[in-house]
Amino acid sequence: MDIFIQQLVNGVVLGSIYALVALGYTMVYGILGLINFAHGDLVMVGALSALALLKVCLAVGLGLPASLALATLGAVLLCGGLGVLIERVAYRPLRSAPKLAPLITAIGVSILIEYGAAMIWSKQYLALPPVIQSTTWQLAGAAITDLQVAIVVMASVLMAGLLWLIRATPLGVAMRATEQNAEVAGLMGIDTHRVIAITFLIGSGLAALAGIMVLLYYGVAHYFMGFMLGLKAFTAAVLGGIGSVPGAMLGGLLLGLIESLGAGYVGELTGGVFGSNYRDVFAFIVLILVLVLRPAGLLGTASGERA
Amino acid sequence: MNLPQRIAQWWVHGQTWPGASWTRRLLVVVALALLPFLLEAVAGRAWVRIADIALIYAMLAVGLNLVVGFAGLLDLGYVAFFAVGAYAYGLLASPQFGIHASFLLLLPLGAIAAACFGVLLGAPTLKLRGDYLAIVTLGFGEIIRIFLNNLNQPVNITNGPQGVTLIDPLLLGSFSFGKPHSMLGVTVAPVHAYFYLLVCMVALSMLVARRLQNSRIGRAWAAIREDETAARAMGIDTRNLKLLAFALGATFGGVAGGLFAAVQGFVSPESFTLQESVMILCMVVLGGMGHVAGVVLGAIVLTALPEALRVVGPLQKAAFGHVWIDPADLRMMLFGLALIVMMRWRPAGMWPAPGWARRTPSAVGSKPQVAARGRDDAP
Repeated sequence: MDIFIQQLVNGVVLGSIYALVALGYTMVYGILGLINFAHGDLVMVGALSALALLKVCLAVGLGLPASLALATLGAVLLCGGLGVLIERVAYRPLRSAPKLAPLITAIGVSILIEYGAAMIWSKQYLALPPVIQSTTWQLAGAAITDLQVAIVVMASVLMAGLLWLIRATPLGVAMRATEQNAEVAGLMGIDTHRVIAITFLIGSGLAALAGIMVLLYYGVAHYFMGFMLGLKAFTAAVLGGIGSVPGAMLGGLLLGLIESLGAGYVGELTGGVFGSNYRDVFAFIVLILVLVLRPAGLLGTASGERA
Repeated sequence: MNLPQRIAQWWVHGQTWPGASWTRRLLVVVALALLPFLLEAVAGRAWVRIADIALIYAMLAVGLNLVVGFAGLLDLGYVAFFAVGAYAYGLLASPQFGIHASFLLLLPLGAIAAACFGVLLGAPTLKLRGDYLAIVTLGFGEIIRIFLNNLNQPVNITNGPQGVTLIDPLLLGSFSFGKPHSMLGVTVAPVHAYFYLLVCMVALSMLVARRLQNSRIGRAWAAIREDETAARAMGIDTRNLKLLAFALGATFGGVAGGLFAAVQGFVSPESFTLQESVMILCMVVLGGMGHVAGVVLGAIVLTALPEALRVVGPLQKAAFGHVWIDPADLRMMLFGLALIVMMRWRPAGMWPAPGWARRTPSAVGSKPQVAARGRDDAP
């Protein structure tokens, strides 16, 4: 029972991170109908740049809270800028191209970012300096750190903010209008190019924050960490119903729980044939199952069979 | 019409170059026969081996071209089918299980196994939007590697990260590709023998691909690629034809995998990473999507490129006294950049398919993607 609660806690933390990344996929997919393969890599850029900034700030002699704030700000700005740049340079010229072209471009962007990062930050696993002391609380037999609580709270605040932005602000109205029909939105006086750029900015900023959470949680960052994370976050977006913002949040949380519990119990259930080294397989099984059983996702609208 | 005439007609109809004559074909055959010896004399035996690998990649590129170029489906985990074929041969023709089955049996087996995986993967995704296929194949490519890496316990099947070693060389009848042969006073080393075999296999795959392209199936694929809704309206069974393209592409990958295992004598999960999938995709995109000869050219150029980039390391060392950019990373960055640049400025590739110019006005620019996504076709 203790293990169950512990895995539940881990799953919620993991799920909040997945949800933040999944939001970026789902927002871009909602508006452009494009799987932005580079999105996972923005998480990696966020983590690695925040780590580099943090090291610099600490070396200069700033205190930990100030360093952390500066590193976060720097990483979010860098990733946001990078996201807008990618949209402007790689995706916008292909708006009217056949469907295959932006998909191939997206994988090209992803590879370029990954190996660009490998060049800048090397291919080593880079460890977070041991500056963050976390307190551990015992709760119902499970150990919970303050860092875990902070991640879940931060992610919840960010997601609530995003929902408010989309539901209650003029920008949110413009975003939803562009998602429904970009041409008509343009006729209504909405600068759709600007709305799309802002969507990329927000998504990339959230990716950077998720990257920082991963960095703080696991204590390491790596140039290839965005690949699997991106794949799982995309699965979360599909599970919740791609294009749906609340769906991405729900999907992320569920996927985090499935993976955590799955990895925790697969050894017992299969009598040791499969161990936790298969944890990355769960997301994939979920993806296939969702596509077979409910392609629209949990909160998705009309079942989508689009040519 | 008698049989030889029919075969001749068939061959001429499926010709690669317009107006190709028999003398020209003969010249090509002679040139290919001399090429390995020429390569060995000029650049050393290592380059004959590189040529062998280039030919295997050419087969893979032709196979992926069926999926990406002909049917317009993006497969980002193509190397998984290559892995299935390679492991099928590697496990059943090595001391791993003590089985030494014949290549003639294992090649179709590997092909069928790869095709089965293709159907398993394609069936749930292909009835949905095309982009789901891209992400599912991307995931599958990684998953198969995880399995290959971890299936060494509790029962040792794949031997884990160490891979399968001492794989039997090819044996056709009594002719073994594993040791040198003396023929007409010329010694034919294993790399040379494999070269000839692979040239034949590439020619065969090109022929099959060309014949497919000009068939009812190939035309249906082209229709699906250009406009799936219109294709379905014309009575094309889009789902099954997409599945066929995917499974046939996987079959090519499986055959190439079997040959790869035999040529290398060794397979490990290291050979089947995402980078390989991206590289094969690059060969297709760079060479010319939908053009069989173009993707073969792409495969040859991109296999030679890393060898050419090898000088970058020492060059940097000489200039700056430190290796800033690892040649392997530089290669991947160039691949990524190439994919972006080609899609932006030259989507037809280096050597465009004949008729591309005719098809571009309708394929590009007529359907603004953003504007086309009304509420009714939202996901």
